[in-house]
Amino acid sequence: MLADRDGGLVVRHGEAVAKAHDPVTDPAGHRARLAVARHPRLAGILLPPLPLPVRELHERPVTAWPYGLPVDPGDPDSAPWEEAAALLARLHSTPPGELPGPLPPMRGPAKAVRAIARMRASAGEHPAAAADAVERAWAGLPAWTRGEAPPPRRDVLCHGDLHLGQLVRHPAPAGPWLLIDIDDLGLGDPAWDLARPAAWYAAGLLAPEVWQRFLGAYTAAHGPAVDRDGDPWARLDIPARALTVQSAALALARAAAERRAPDEVDEAVIDACDRIACLPPEL
Amino acid sequence: MQCPKCHAPMHTYNRNGVQIEQCSGCRGIFLDYGELEALTRLESQWTQQAPPAAPPAAPAPQAYPAAPAPAWGAPQHGGHHGGHQGGHGHHRNNRGFGRMLFSS
Repeated sequence: MLADRDGGLVVRHGEAVAKAHDPVTDPAGHRARLAVARHPRLAGILLPPLPLPVRELHERPVTAWPYGLPVDPGDPDSAPWEEAAALLARLHSTPPGELPGPLPPMRGPAKAVRAIARMRASAGEHPAAAADAVERAWAGLPAWTRGEAPPPRRDVLCHGDLHLGQLVRHPAPAGPWLLIDIDDLGLGDPAWDLARPAAWYAAGLLAPEVWQRFLGAYTAAHGPAVDRDGDPWARLDIPARALTVQSAALALARAAAERRAPDEVDEAVIDACDRIACLPPEL
Repeated sequence: MQCPKCHAPMHTYNRNGVQIEQCSGCRGIFLDYGELEALTRLESQWTQQAPPAAPPAAPAPQAYPAAPAPAWGAPQHGGHHGGHQGGHGHHRNNRGFGRMLFSS
């Protein structure tokens, strides 16, 4: 077993990996996402699925994928930040009109909503000031980031859940890097895909030079999420606030599940929520 | 002095001869009378570059922070002149951060 999180289960057998998706996966959206991953336009960007005779097992969608070598969690410094940025720039530059559809919305905001729900489900087990900071930051976010209104941009193909666990080398161990996990893929604001590293940087967790390498590689590859010559934070600010709130909410939920106090890293994103909560609310 | 917005303590910084107060909580900045004009003057000197008669108060290029950050960024990113980029509150090889890098 490689992973069991967020309702999805991933198992490896030799050179193949099978994934049982979240039982609440929207079937039409799931089929469109899978067709995109298989589409020649995404070759070299998204890992394509393997053909599979069954589509469902015990009422859960199942998919099969070739095995790819993930980023070494013990060596984050060796992470392929530039490659990740270039892959995102190419993904975001793929015209949705040339792809199978209709493509569902990118699920980033839906995941933020789910993170807040998880934190609230364990209310009473968190330090009160920390949960309060997360709630206040969340309340000041614009409606679209809370999944309550359509996003301002719906014209760009987005990954929806970028982190370092979403990159593999295929063929393993030395093939090119590719993006994996299509569960949150869809149309939306491409700044969301840059916003998690942006949030880590803003929280003081990611070194400025690493952030600059990532952002520089994205703009060098003509990624459309930020203005090349303008202030990148004009586009990144709101999604990065949303991902800061999401990270802090999940950090509190995980700390409660592990029956421990929030650690130093958890505190960094909670402190960032506190500073976000001091800002005037966004409409 | 306390921040009028979030009531956290404000700290005084001297930027090229201009005193500014920055809130340690929300990173908001308070300017005294005339300080905005002084900053605008410094900025135009910076833009014009004025090589022969550069006044001693003209900011040096390295005085600008390397990477822009949002208003709510961690204090390390506040662009404090005289601070240094290596001064992170959290080490990036921290095991906990490694866990966060790889999760949703």
